[in-house]
Amino acid sequence: MSRTSHSRVAAKRRTRALVFAALGDPTRLSLVAKLCRAQPRSISQLTKRSKLTRQAITKHLRVLEGAGIVHNVHAGRESLFEFDPQPITEVTEYLGFVSEQWDQALSRLKSFVED
Amino acid sequence: MNNSIEKRIDLKAPIPRVWRALTDYREFGDWFRVKLDGPFVPGQVSRGQMTYPGYEHVKWEAVVQKMEHERLFSFTWPHPKSLDKADCPLDYSEEPTTLVEFRLEKTGSGTLLVLTESGFDKLPADRRLEAFQRNDGGWTEQMKNIENYVAHKP
Repeated sequence: MSRTSHSRVAAKRRTRALVFAALGDPTRLSLVAKLCRAQPRSISQLTKRSKLTRQAITKHLRVLEGAGIVHNVHAGRESLFEFDPQPITEVTEYLGFVSEQWDQALSRLKSFVED
Repeated sequence: MNNSIEKRIDLKAPIPRVWRALTDYREFGDWFRVKLDGPFVPGQVSRGQMTYPGYEHVKWEAVVQKMEHERLFSFTWPHPKSLDKADCPLDYSEEPTTLVEFRLEKTGSGTLLVLTESGFDKLPADRRLEAFQRNDGGWTEQMKNIENYVAHKP
């Protein structure tokens, strides 16, 4: 396995935790909120009306990018960030799956102790 | 974003009964559907094999955290990337782990069981740090035991 495909596998394996970790920050959540209801935006647009510096916003965008929640796209000479719903949909479904497993297990526990 | 799960369930059984169902490895295995190798011991790895239909190929591996008699039972366990037979990993050391806690409270009709599962945002790297802290906690505890021993047996 080449180094690239190996690191891609490692990256994929960690995606779920990365997505949860990326979303566990209020600044990043607000960036996601802005990006998911609008067209792709530039760092300048995202920095506008924010108390944070361009550099700080860039850092948060990179974390979101690392989790696959936003992608950097180019429109002409402009560098824009666009929202990708797929990772959030995936982790939400996963939490739903785990939650469902617990419901079933706890109902088995209930019958077990009440019988 | 919500990254933990909480379930509350009223059980019409006294706390000691529920505690046994949670912490006796054979009883736990019965309702959870896992065949465990041996008893739960805080700080130790619990191993076994799932017996839940369709998941028999999945290995059970958890680290027991706390067993506070009839009050709290907790363990950490891995969340493999996939549970499918084809690509479920055999080695969980690189998989992210979560913390599962069962808390028991007495009610008029029996027991309230509160289950929480948290730490879905924890990366394997965090776990190494956590393991380190746990070891460190163990050492602090050991040091205290030694101090007590020395203090009482001059």
